[in-house]
Amino acid sequence: MKPFTYERAGSPAEAAAAAARVQGARFIAGGTNLLDLMKLQIETPTHLIDVNGLALDSIEATQEGGLRIGALVRNTDLAADARVRRDYALLSRALLAGASGQLRNKATTAGNLMQRTRCPYFYDTNQPCNKRQPGSGCAAIGGFSRPLAVVGSSEACIATNPGDMAVAMRALGAVVETVKPDGTTRSIPIAEFHRLPGDTPHVETALERGELITAVTLPPPVGGTHIYRKVRDRASYAFALVSVAAIVQRDGTGRVALGGVAPKPWRVEAAEAELPRGARAATAAILDGARPTHENAFKIPLVERTLGAVLAQARG
Amino acid sequence: MTKVSFTVNGQAVALSLDTRTTLLDALREHLQLTGSKKGCDHGQCGACTVMVNGRRINSCLSLAVMHEGNEVTTIEGLGSPESMHPMQDAFVRHDGYQCGYCTPGQICSSVAILEEIKAGIPSHVSADLNAQPRVTPEEIRERMSGNICRCGAYSNIVDAITEVAGRQA
Repeated sequence: MKPFTYERAGSPAEAAAAAARVQGARFIAGGTNLLDLMKLQIETPTHLIDVNGLALDSIEATQEGGLRIGALVRNTDLAADARVRRDYALLSRALLAGASGQLRNKATTAGNLMQRTRCPYFYDTNQPCNKRQPGSGCAAIGGFSRPLAVVGSSEACIATNPGDMAVAMRALGAVVETVKPDGTTRSIPIAEFHRLPGDTPHVETALERGELITAVTLPPPVGGTHIYRKVRDRASYAFALVSVAAIVQRDGTGRVALGGVAPKPWRVEAAEAELPRGARAATAAILDGARPTHENAFKIPLVERTLGAVLAQARG
Repeated sequence: MTKVSFTVNGQAVALSLDTRTTLLDALREHLQLTGSKKGCDHGQCGACTVMVNGRRINSCLSLAVMHEGNEVTTIEGLGSPESMHPMQDAFVRHDGYQCGYCTPGQICSSVAILEEIKAGIPSHVSADLNAQPRVTPEEIRERMSGNICRCGAYSNIVDAITEVAGRQA
């Protein structure tokens, strides 16, 4: 690791102001992804702002009938919360499908939204990577691309967002709450939080310099059958090749978001009208415009079959 | 150098550390508690598993300076050769290891997963999210997936955990 200085933040606004003031500063919460990347010198912060003391670790009911999840709520606690299990089972299931017990005990809600790709070329500092080193090129295009994106990618980057939690949050219509260095707050719909790579794949989120996530808000429950189905190379503790997060209503309508196929949790609201017609029609609409490589073209039929299994399970 | 104080196995410790020092390196290199092992050093193998404030974590993926005031329990705090923890005893009798390198992490996780099940925390394989999870081989395997055993002692590890869970019930 490169040397860095360290401070414990006193309040969210102070943390944001400090992050804007110090060049190369980063927030640290669970640290499960950041420290891994620091050891590999993929991330080289000069200053760490420890936000763990900020008392953002509660889950509260909102006036609208939803839930407000503090940024520091650990994955284990979020998945086990009785209200989440009952009303947002999709979110519990997605969290429990990710990482290991040890990691879920540390990883936070906000940190999980910030986790970075596991593209093997992003992790290999000997290789060009436009995300790690803007302008250096993309070794994944034409390289080992089996785990990488089939839709939403660009000529500059075909990395996937590795998350499970965020896929469920996309289907649930979550909103990310933040505080900026000047103390003002804003709400970012999850659909707009993660960015597509375009020609700036190093810019991954809508967050501005120093902006700190304080909470994630879920709208009131929408009912339906909640299913998170993750297909991976091992039965446990592996990233998704493909995952399907679905909320299916009795009349066959519903919502679907995909993981493992795109640079962000992938949901196409307009395509959901096809759901009552079945997995083939819905997949064609959700993955319209997909540009797979020869190594990951299998993900398209895999999405269709996984979605088919999910819809069959929902019918009971 | 940054100062940090926490307790390890009930003993108060105060250290002055390079900010880069992980909790694992603080335990092994500064406190000579070499039971916790460094396997991958990237949170993938689980050999470094310890309990902090009663919860298992990968000590390699946490900075020591982030543990001010915390209570850390390592394998040395669970038991000793003369007075083994029931889980240590069960691992010995069920031959739940071969080379033993992953064993301290396996045992810390084993103790923790039984607490997690008792606390009603569901897992990926729990059929009903809202029901009390049961100690089944399937649940044990899923919950132990963050601890890798290169020798492949898995089936005996599951037997050891099952026995201890049965005795607790």
